[in-house]
Amino acid sequence: MVEVDIEVDSRGTFCPMPIVQINKVAKNASSGEIIRLMATDPGSERDVPAWTQKTGNELIETTQNGDTFEFLIRVK
Amino acid sequence: MTEPKKLAIIVHSNTLDKLYPILFLASTGGAMDMEVNLFFTFWGMNAIKKGGLDSAALPGLMRIGTGMMKRKIKNTKVPTLTKLLEMARMTDQVKLYACSTTMELMDISKDELIPEVDGIVGAASFLSIAQDADVQLFI
Repeated sequence: MVEVDIEVDSRGTFCPMPIVQINKVAKNASSGEIIRLMATDPGSERDVPAWTQKTGNELIETTQNGDTFEFLIRVK
Repeated sequence: MTEPKKLAIIVHSNTLDKLYPILFLASTGGAMDMEVNLFFTFWGMNAIKKGGLDSAALPGLMRIGTGMMKRKIKNTKVPTLTKLLEMARMTDQVKLYACSTTMELMDISKDELIPEVDGIVGAASFLSIAQDADVQLFI
């Protein structure tokens, strides 16, 4: 079980908000910290992996619970 | 880390339906560590005049639907254009350039532009950035 350091709740917002929010938090976080991002934007399922890939952060896990996507991200 | 990817957009329009996609891309590009360059020309110049983003409307006959669209945008929790630009700028990756010729043609002075504008430039400056850009768009 991964221990979450920071929670980001983007539920109810749409593109580009989840990416803008996670980016802002990740920029201010320390390397190795784990962020849990929760989002309901259906685009986030592909957008978050695209963001982690381009920024060098690590997407550890993606889970879907109903309409909510949950992403665990390790800050680079 | 490799050289950042670059996005260059010529912003030719100042209608709501064009400015939203432009600022969605700019704020997301900035969040993806891309270097984003927005070149405002012709009608696009109105978007970087003080108060310009707030007065952006839908194009042509659709203009009458602007209020309805703005309410829908608000209800969907999509930020205003001004707020989106602010978020884009907070990434420190998004640069705004004003076209010098358009300023002359439209009698726009530097003082009328929002302070976020990074420079007043011509075609050569845009081309020199666009040549090395990975994505170039005209909107």
